[in-house]
Amino acid sequence: MNHTHNESSGEMEILAVRIRQDIIKMIHAAGSGHPAGSLGMTDVMVALYFRILRHDPKNPDWPERDRFLLSNGHICPARYVTMARAGYFPPDELLTLRDFGSRLQGHPERLRLPGLESTSGPLGAGLAQGAGLAYAARMDGQDWRTYVLTSDGEHGAGLHWEAVLFAGKNRLTNLTCIVDRNGIQIDGPTEEVMPLEPLREKYLAFNWNVIEIDGNDIGHVVEATELAKSTEDRPTCIIAKNVPGRGVSFMENDHRWHGQAPNDEETEQALAELQETERELTMNVD
Amino acid sequence: MTKQNLKLNGPDEQKKLLAATRDGFGQGLVEAAESDERLIGICADLTESLKMTEFERRFPKRFVRIGVSEQLLVALGAGFALAGKIPFVASFAAFSPGRSWEQIRTNVCLNGVNLKVVGGHAGLSVGADGATHQALEDIALMRCLPNMTVIVPCDSEQARRATLALAELDGSAYLRLGRAKTPTLTSADTPFEIGRIQTFRDGDDTAIVACGLMVGKSLQAAEELAAEDGIECSVLNCHTIKPLDDEAVLSAAEKCGAMVTAEEHQIAGGLGSTVSELLAQNMPVPIEFVGVHDRFGQSGESEELLTEYGLTVNDIKSAVRRAIRRKK
Repeated sequence: MNHTHNESSGEMEILAVRIRQDIIKMIHAAGSGHPAGSLGMTDVMVALYFRILRHDPKNPDWPERDRFLLSNGHICPARYVTMARAGYFPPDELLTLRDFGSRLQGHPERLRLPGLESTSGPLGAGLAQGAGLAYAARMDGQDWRTYVLTSDGEHGAGLHWEAVLFAGKNRLTNLTCIVDRNGIQIDGPTEEVMPLEPLREKYLAFNWNVIEIDGNDIGHVVEATELAKSTEDRPTCIIAKNVPGRGVSFMENDHRWHGQAPNDEETEQALAELQETERELTMNVD
Repeated sequence: MTKQNLKLNGPDEQKKLLAATRDGFGQGLVEAAESDERLIGICADLTESLKMTEFERRFPKRFVRIGVSEQLLVALGAGFALAGKIPFVASFAAFSPGRSWEQIRTNVCLNGVNLKVVGGHAGLSVGADGATHQALEDIALMRCLPNMTVIVPCDSEQARRATLALAELDGSAYLRLGRAKTPTLTSADTPFEIGRIQTFRDGDDTAIVACGLMVGKSLQAAEELAAEDGIECSVLNCHTIKPLDDEAVLSAAEKCGAMVTAEEHQIAGGLGSTVSELLAQNMPVPIEFVGVHDRFGQSGESEELLTEYGLTVNDIKSAVRRAIRRKK
């Protein structure tokens, strides 16, 4: 089933801000988790599940579906909420995040929740699996595509670059790597911890097509994946620059919110800000 | 005396048929690929050493060369498995599972995918390459992982059969291979079943539980002990370390009242540990270990190294005598 959802771009922005509220509520309820990356990648998640992916939430094992792997598994709250909103499972399950017995594990596990595609958390391994999927699809003459979301911090892992080499050599045009370029990792700004720039040139040198976008602009994300589809001789890397903690003033661009849950007061403030944004967006759409 | 129902090769034939377990793997892989088109091979720059050359020649589109990248080997293979392929991913055991352990843990075992890790050049018998290349820890690394089957074939023919069996097993597994040519104990008519110990020789005094090339040495030790001292040993070929054939080990322990394990691996975490864990809880009989005692290997000829590290027929015989002395 292609494009099961047909929300307008205004409606998708409203959806994204609602998803952000759910993310805050979930992580607050769990008492731990990763808000900054989750909030920063919400727009990419919405673009994927509501515009880009060929998928069917009621048939998660559909053989012809596009594959979406979340390599930086720690931002799974954003994926869980978006999947629930897309119809994969009931939204009331979201508050079980990180609970004993929950399908929503602290880091995503394929065998527990249908639709996850792969288990992830240990960084650097997503693109390699995506390359295997993409290569296999080509072997079998299948036209489904593989998308891998990776963090910028995980570009420190050697395995990721092994996969970049492999995909470049094998011209995996059906593989798209989206980089969550928010500039932070646990220990601080990426450019201080282990500089990645010039990142675009690195991918180009490995024979990739590179597109740089505003990762908080849903339209940009969709447009970039369309460009990737029309690239005929190489895989595409979409460097999605974004604001970590997007939408919550005191979390934005602060690496301390990488892996910390908001307390009651912070949760209240975050939700108030996001609700205000939702009101403004709703007025604009109306 | 040797059990007849297993249709082992005769003693002379065994010594004539010298081959390495990696040879049998190469043959088995081609045979398995003929009957299942989902099977693919991935190799980290060691195609000839792992005997995958024929597979590559026969099935070029199903063989993936990736160069020196063992972590990619496993994670990429997991991706292929997620797409419904059955990947056999091969390197030297020192590098995979040596370097790729976390990918095996997360991307394969926890992920529940159908992938076979093939580790070649395992053990001291690699010889001249030295300690860096002599994996003596790989069984330990693999047997502690949930969702992992661990196979150590005793000869080339058994490696062929194990490869065929693994291609049909729906789950992740590790296949340990050696470089040295050793006698072929089993014949094409010898049955092979994952998880089922084969009793190659029956005796009441001590049970020797062995894997890999130590099975042949254990058989020889048993024959010599019978001829020299009238000691009769059972010899159990424990080709599947995990899941262990508990019933066969316990019944041999009960019958013999003493046990010896023999492996080309560190005693810590290997076959000796596996058998001890079972016996300690269920049937604590005296047990002696033939294996590597917390040391790294070094360069040398295969047999020269096995002597230096205490893995000879004589070492097995001494262990049997010690075990018998400890019986109450």
